[in-house]
Amino acid sequence: MRTLALGSRRIGYEVRQYFRQGDTVFFTFLFPLVMLTIFATAFSETSFGTDDNGNEVSAASFYLPAMLAAGVLLSGLQNMAVDIAVEKSDGTLKRLGGSPLPVFSYFMGKVGQVLVTGILQAAAILLLAAIVFDAPLPTEPEKWVTFAWVFLLGVVTSAILGIALSGLPRSGKSATAVIIPITLVLQFISGVYLSFTQLPEWLQNIASVFPLKWMAQGMRAVFLPDGYASLEQNGSWDLPGVALVTLLWLVVGLVAARFTFRWIRKDG
Amino acid sequence: MRALPLSRPTRHHGYMSTTEPVVSVRDLRKNYGAFTALNGVSFEIERGETFALLGPNGAGKSTTIEILEGYRNRSGGEARVLGTDPAAGGLAWKARLGIVLQSSGESGAITVREQLSHFASFYPNPRSVDEVIAAVGLESKQKTLIRNLSGGQKRRVDVALGVIGRPELLFLDEPTTGFDPEARHQFWALIRALKSDGTTILLTTHYLDEAAQLSDRAGVISDGRLIGLGAIDEIGGADARVPIVRWLEGGVREERTAEPGTFIASLQSRLGVEVPGLEIIRPSLEDVYLGMVSSAGKVSTRSEVGA
Repeated sequence: MRTLALGSRRIGYEVRQYFRQGDTVFFTFLFPLVMLTIFATAFSETSFGTDDNGNEVSAASFYLPAMLAAGVLLSGLQNMAVDIAVEKSDGTLKRLGGSPLPVFSYFMGKVGQVLVTGILQAAAILLLAAIVFDAPLPTEPEKWVTFAWVFLLGVVTSAILGIALSGLPRSGKSATAVIIPITLVLQFISGVYLSFTQLPEWLQNIASVFPLKWMAQGMRAVFLPDGYASLEQNGSWDLPGVALVTLLWLVVGLVAARFTFRWIRKDG
Repeated sequence: MRALPLSRPTRHHGYMSTTEPVVSVRDLRKNYGAFTALNGVSFEIERGETFALLGPNGAGKSTTIEILEGYRNRSGGEARVLGTDPAAGGLAWKARLGIVLQSSGESGAITVREQLSHFASFYPNPRSVDEVIAAVGLESKQKTLIRNLSGGQKRRVDVALGVIGRPELLFLDEPTTGFDPEARHQFWALIRALKSDGTTILLTTHYLDEAAQLSDRAGVISDGRLIGLGAIDEIGGADARVPIVRWLEGGVREERTAEPGTFIASLQSRLGVEVPGLEIIRPSLEDVYLGMVSSAGKVSTRSEVGA
């Protein structure tokens, strides 16, 4: 009980700190919005095909699911991995480790921060696409149900994988240099910036091992016309595959986080 | 800084007998690979006592304190802190400790008051946030983000976070580094208030006057060994405290004597005049300490491995 109460206090504390840090707000929170604006503007004359009724699909519509998936990866994996690596090296974790704060409450605060900022970010991306770039949003409730589970499963998995990866950088200073290339490469091979169908098959197969490709595919299932499913690797949205691969990574992340996380390296 | 109000009595823990030391260390050893950081250190700290751990950089002070805080595992020997093996201390045990680490470099996008309120919520019986902010003299900075504070002010936040949980045992690892003289004196007043509140304190410092001001007993560590242990006014033995008589007679001359009165009387009768430049110097803790460390043969020149 006390653990949960402290955990919810941690969420407020973490979110407050998140928005007071200009660099995280820009590179994590605003980045997909900036990218969506650039793509929607730069490719405004480019054709991205037509929907089932023969209407042109705009660049904003085409890139909306990709940017939502990118947001999930940035708010979760990149944010957590860098944040915790910095806290490890600047003494925050050492101080918390000497206090009676339960580890579970700490992680509840972290995952809660990712959920809160991730939801705000997704809402901002949707508003930007719909209001500024006039992208039509789905009206069918079942599409939004799909969005809800793809988003929640994706953001939690992404956060847990970030926690597991936070042990990778050797210092807080090198954290962004180690983590950002990983997320950047993942985004390029998973169909976020480049259309997935344009990638060679061997690269598609590599990307299919990682969860981002599946999160982006789940988002496309929600926001692209159903006719686009035929362009996917298996010719369908394959939502069960999205759920399966993401869940598998969630389990991998939980196990890795459980066995690698320490408040401090005890004998470093 | 103001003294903390002493209205509330210190908690009593029925399961600890009053005679059991708060900290007990026997033959403590720590190796980092082939390097021996601690080579058989033993001491005890009684309830309510302020104990200073002194020694050169790299001598093993911080290694000792971090083993007792539960941050490091020992390689050998025994350690008990509040009746518990620190390597196995749980959350209830941590709730009874206050820890001021040697360094902290948190980015701190949080205000002084928010940080203290947040940490207070971790503890079952915390001190009042207002009282602690006043006690460390940060009233005017309580709404400032910690990252915008000066080094000395950040250190005061560290101290405030160390005492917010009303600890029974407070670890202070070089707490006044970066303090100006006035802040140090205010800090001393705070420590005396905590002490009269019944808090047991383990202090490391490079300021020997600070150790002399605050502590009841001290241990001196050099090269991973305890080379001195005792009350502040007895440590190093009586010989180290023999006063020095200094006077002018064709230059500065001095003599160490246990009977300075007799010596001065004979000096006066020999010179036949009031002895010029006469001084009697009682060795300070610093003199005694420097004597002990240098006669231990090796003022450590090692790098600060686990300092």
